[in-house]
Amino acid sequence: MSLLSAPSSTTAGSEPTGSGPTGSGPTGSGPAAPGAAPSAEQALRPHAEDSFADELVALAAADDRTRPARWKLSPWAVATYLLGGTLPDGTVITPKYVGPRRIVEVAVTTLATDRALLLLGVPGTAKTWLSEHLAAAISGDSTLLVQGTAGTPEEAIRYGWNYAQLLTHGPSTDALVHSPVMRAMAEGRIARVEELTRIPADVQDTLITILSEKTLPIPELGSETQAVRGFNLIATANDRDRGVNELSSALRRRFNTVVLPLPATAEEEVDIVSRRVDQLGRGLDLPVAPRGAEEIRRVVTVFRELRAGVTEDGRTKVKSPSGTLSTAEAISVVTGGLALAAHFGDGVLRAGDTAAGILGAVVRDPAADRLVWQEYLETVVRQRDGWKDFYRACREVSA
Amino acid sequence: MRAASSGGAALAGVRLSHAVPRAAIGAADGEPEVPGSRAPGPVSAREPHAVGGGAGSAVRSAALTVSGAEAGAAPSSATPEKGHAPGGAVGAVRRRPSSGRSDDVVLLGVRHHGPGSARAVRAALNAYRPEVVLIEGPPEADELTALAADPAMRPPVALLAHVVDDPARAAFWPFAEFSPEWVAMRWAAAAGVPVRFIDLPAAHTLALRAADRDGADGLPGADGEPVPVPDRHPAPPGGDADVRVDPLAVLAETAGYDDPERWWEDAVEHRGGAEETDPLLPFAAVAEAMAAIRATYGDGGDDRDPLREAHMRLRLREARRGYARTAVVCGAWHVPALADAVPAAADRQLLKGLPKAKVETTWVPWTHRRLARAGGYGAGIDSPGWYQHLFTAPDRPVTRWMTKVAGLLRDEDLPVSSAHVIESVRLADTLATMRGRPLAGLGETVDAVRAVMCDGSDVPLALIQDRLVVGDVLGEVPPDAPAVPLARDLAREQRRLRLKPEALERELELDLRKEIDAGRSQLLHRLRLLGIGWGEPTAGRGGKGTFRESWRLRWEPESAIRVAEAGIWGTTVRAAAGTRAQEAAVAAATLAEVTSLAEVCLLAGLSDALPTVMRVLADRAALDADVGHLAAALPALVRAVRYGDVRGTDSTALTRVAAGLAERIRIGFPPACVNLDQDGAAALRARMDEVHRAIALLPESPSEAGPTTGAERPASGGEPASGREPASGGAPASGGLRDRWAGMLRALAERDGAVPGLLRGAAARLLLDEGRLDAAEAARLMGLALSPGTGPAEAAGWIEGFLAGGGMLLLHDERLLGLVDGWLAGVPREAFTDVLPLLRRTFAEFEPGVRRSVGELVRRGPAAVRRPRASAATGETGLPGFGPDLDRVRANTAARTVRLLLGRGSTTGPGEWEDHGDPAERDDQGGAHR
Repeated sequence: MSLLSAPSSTTAGSEPTGSGPTGSGPTGSGPAAPGAAPSAEQALRPHAEDSFADELVALAAADDRTRPARWKLSPWAVATYLLGGTLPDGTVITPKYVGPRRIVEVAVTTLATDRALLLLGVPGTAKTWLSEHLAAAISGDSTLLVQGTAGTPEEAIRYGWNYAQLLTHGPSTDALVHSPVMRAMAEGRIARVEELTRIPADVQDTLITILSEKTLPIPELGSETQAVRGFNLIATANDRDRGVNELSSALRRRFNTVVLPLPATAEEEVDIVSRRVDQLGRGLDLPVAPRGAEEIRRVVTVFRELRAGVTEDGRTKVKSPSGTLSTAEAISVVTGGLALAAHFGDGVLRAGDTAAGILGAVVRDPAADRLVWQEYLETVVRQRDGWKDFYRACREVSA
Repeated sequence: MRAASSGGAALAGVRLSHAVPRAAIGAADGEPEVPGSRAPGPVSAREPHAVGGGAGSAVRSAALTVSGAEAGAAPSSATPEKGHAPGGAVGAVRRRPSSGRSDDVVLLGVRHHGPGSARAVRAALNAYRPEVVLIEGPPEADELTALAADPAMRPPVALLAHVVDDPARAAFWPFAEFSPEWVAMRWAAAAGVPVRFIDLPAAHTLALRAADRDGADGLPGADGEPVPVPDRHPAPPGGDADVRVDPLAVLAETAGYDDPERWWEDAVEHRGGAEETDPLLPFAAVAEAMAAIRATYGDGGDDRDPLREAHMRLRLREARRGYARTAVVCGAWHVPALADAVPAAADRQLLKGLPKAKVETTWVPWTHRRLARAGGYGAGIDSPGWYQHLFTAPDRPVTRWMTKVAGLLRDEDLPVSSAHVIESVRLADTLATMRGRPLAGLGETVDAVRAVMCDGSDVPLALIQDRLVVGDVLGEVPPDAPAVPLARDLAREQRRLRLKPEALERELELDLRKEIDAGRSQLLHRLRLLGIGWGEPTAGRGGKGTFRESWRLRWEPESAIRVAEAGIWGTTVRAAAGTRAQEAAVAAATLAEVTSLAEVCLLAGLSDALPTVMRVLADRAALDADVGHLAAALPALVRAVRYGDVRGTDSTALTRVAAGLAERIRIGFPPACVNLDQDGAAALRARMDEVHRAIALLPESPSEAGPTTGAERPASGGEPASGREPASGGAPASGGLRDRWAGMLRALAERDGAVPGLLRGAAARLLLDEGRLDAAEAARLMGLALSPGTGPAEAAGWIEGFLAGGGMLLLHDERLLGLVDGWLAGVPREAFTDVLPLLRRTFAEFEPGVRRSVGELVRRGPAAVRRPRASAATGETGLPGFGPDLDRVRANTAARTVRLLLGRGSTTGPGEWEDHGDPAERDDQGGAHR
């Protein structure tokens, strides 16, 4: 345990937010919000509560339902904020999360029942996005964040010490460095823990007391910080990383779990992929490919079929490879293909440009996945109308 | 999940447009004008519950207005009075303020299979104490109602009506414990009151249906199809089918509930208020709601309804003449029609001249699963287990339900504590509030269980869905219920095929080329599928021809019971066996099970079941990663294809699946060959042989499947685009499969040491035998395998694999013998004892004659023979080990004998026997003559 790195690591994991100065401030009651406000316009990526401040204000004005203690909005309004809608006064709320309504309802309700919320899902299913917006809508503050990594120390969840203070004045409240979770408890806000399963098991378990007793004892001072009503915690974790640091059942019991699904329809996914590819392509100054849409559809189809283990027409089953084949990977396959086409081809995205990328995404385990891929090629792709070029390109790269 | 929820939302939106105007009417008309004390709870009494938001609550109160306030009904009837029942339903209702409740009759409009309705019916009957109970159902079953009181009768059961001489034409009326009709029957039995069924007689409905079918398209093949229950889930073309089938569910949905039963509970049963003591009031409210709905939606589009309702009215009139108090339990939809004052003559006129069929009725046991199945025999309710729970739970249904769920999960070794239960209940309740519903329904409980108890996973949820929401309840019927139609059908089949059930055991030899024997075989196979062990197949005496079958027959008394039990699967032996086969396929644990099921389906002539079995088979094959399993399944499948040919059944689908399976095996085979121990290699070699034989037996698909696949090919558009073979039909596809398989074997034979020598040798041998590998190539491969760099054990394995097909090869090709000999001589002393058992095993399997010849050749010294021949000018013309030319004198001596053996004339030239027989025979002859 390196002494001086401890306090700073509370924020080191996340993007540098306004909460940086916590290291020196004693009980810094909300230095984040005012401190960050002027920079919101220039920020590369403003916080949710800043970008959608207008909508939040409008919702709060229109919301006449009972709000749980210290909630800025009622559960109904939070759900509306996330799912979108039109308020009686005509304000349009843009949908933040495109997906099953049920998921958002269960998530919001969970937070209202003082149970902690665990968002599970493969990478790229908007877990972090959803948790940020939930915190923004409920507490008006999405910055109380602990980024989970393999090196996340206990101090990041409980509290650390300002060692200069500690050495000169001895243990006191002033020498205490509050973690985001501790601040959330004191102020009755929502705390967020990202990638919970990446955190070592013993550190994870410090959450147990916080979640069950709703208190954080400080034995050094003989005191404790009790959670104020309105405190709750949203954790996100990756489905596929489960094996890494599986939650203990004691901790797991404190959470209601919501699994975020992958896009439900091909249309939705093609839309997401094209939009992201478009954004990324502009960032990389890639020319817009004319035949792109068709190729994107093909990549998405391959990904969806292999992921679901059944062809889109529902007629043939196929084996699923070991990789996740998330939407995010489809995006990178297409972007890679575009780069290939732009720099080494004629600028038109073709089957040959994506084939290698797809192969790389699908075949993660050289033995088992290769078999899966070949079966898929031979039994599905070979017979599909208009996919001849794709079949040939894949055969070429798989050989 | 998502689709469902959004669909629901869309539906709610649609309803909304219907409901809102009516709400407006209700409001305009003046809700305050609540007529009399009879009116159910005023709408405002419900408002405190309406936590839900904006539009939702508006719709909700609209629905309640409709169901609750009588005032709302009147104007809505006045507006759309177009054609439908002049002076119609609503007028009747208005004339008798409490709807069906005139003095001598109550109309209890229910939701079929609705536990809430069932409870209300019980309360209403207790309060009203009718002298006769009329129930919507086939009048033919009147005398069967007494059985409902039998303690041996346990729901779910179904009333079954079938045409006497054609059991396949049948209809079912399933009843669960929580069905209002069942409750009414039990009540009547306990009170000693007669029960009458008042629906249109099954004699007419079944006859009408047959007429419809003949009129429509006259499908003869559809006769074996089970016929759906007439009332519970018809899908009338167009119109608001949902409204007609389950109007109360539509009302509930309009009110913002996704669980109609919870709506009933909330809107009808828990209406509170001191004056709400009359148990008949809910039905009055329902009647009014229905009147309003029918006035708006019309008749729902089922043209059978006027007939049925006319008949019900007639029976009702009859009852009212004989009894002072009559209670009618029928679908809520029909209530307004029964309240209509239509002259009896008109009804009789309507029913005149309906076609009739001779019909029998009986009780059959039913299951919750079948209640849940939407099509076919099912009642189309999704959650019989949940309904049963709602019906039986004394109080706090959600809490009790969560406890049940926890119990189930604990039995499955999932850690679920009481804390989980508490949190689930809290979450479900809060969810309901959040969704603006006063009570948590099934939807909320499922969401809560998923989030709290199942860690967000759908896997345990599927278990809960299967075991609790649907449930595993099996009904029982007392033994004195009339015989099931299956038994009759069996008896008829037995007569037709002249096959008497006898307790004495006897053997039966069948020649499948005869029609009657083929029929017998099918019947016996079908019965075996149904678990009716009348006949057991035995190894036949008369050879192994595919057209022969031997059976041992013995009719045990238990067989009759088995037949009765099998009645649940269908009304004819064929239909029942088909259903059974499909269910077995879906439930099968291994791929091989499904394959053999496919085989049995062909044997039993169950072509209807085959598509399902094939689909399961294809799915299993696609997901099975073990080539061994796939390879084990293929031979049976290919056999089935060939049997299918013998019996003239269509096996196109089967052929396609078999080809797909073979393709998967081909792709998966090489990776499966690496890193094997000796046993594994031996097992895989056996599989390789089987698959090789099976692939060779797969019919050439162009001739077989040509017409059918050719027809569908342009539609699917898949095949013509397939790779290199253009639109030349399927011909290259099958040939292609064989070629590809051979290509795989070739690659395998050429592989390095990662693949066991046994497999490489065997692959080389299979190719050699097929002529795909010439002798020189074989020699090269053997040389590679036996070269000094290879370990002796590995080389011995190669030899075993290569020679397992018979040692005759060594006699033909001295090069090979020379290689083996040379290698053997070169095996180091210390290694020799290691490879000796292997070699011994290999050579011990040779036929004695071959073994001796090989020994002789070796003793003579192959090198001595080979050298001169190799250097001879004629070179390759003769086989190794033989002279370059035919020795005509000796050949003719042998040829004469051969002709004699073959029973041929003596005119054939010597060239002819070059074409006959294989080299092995030829050689034997030669050897013998030497």
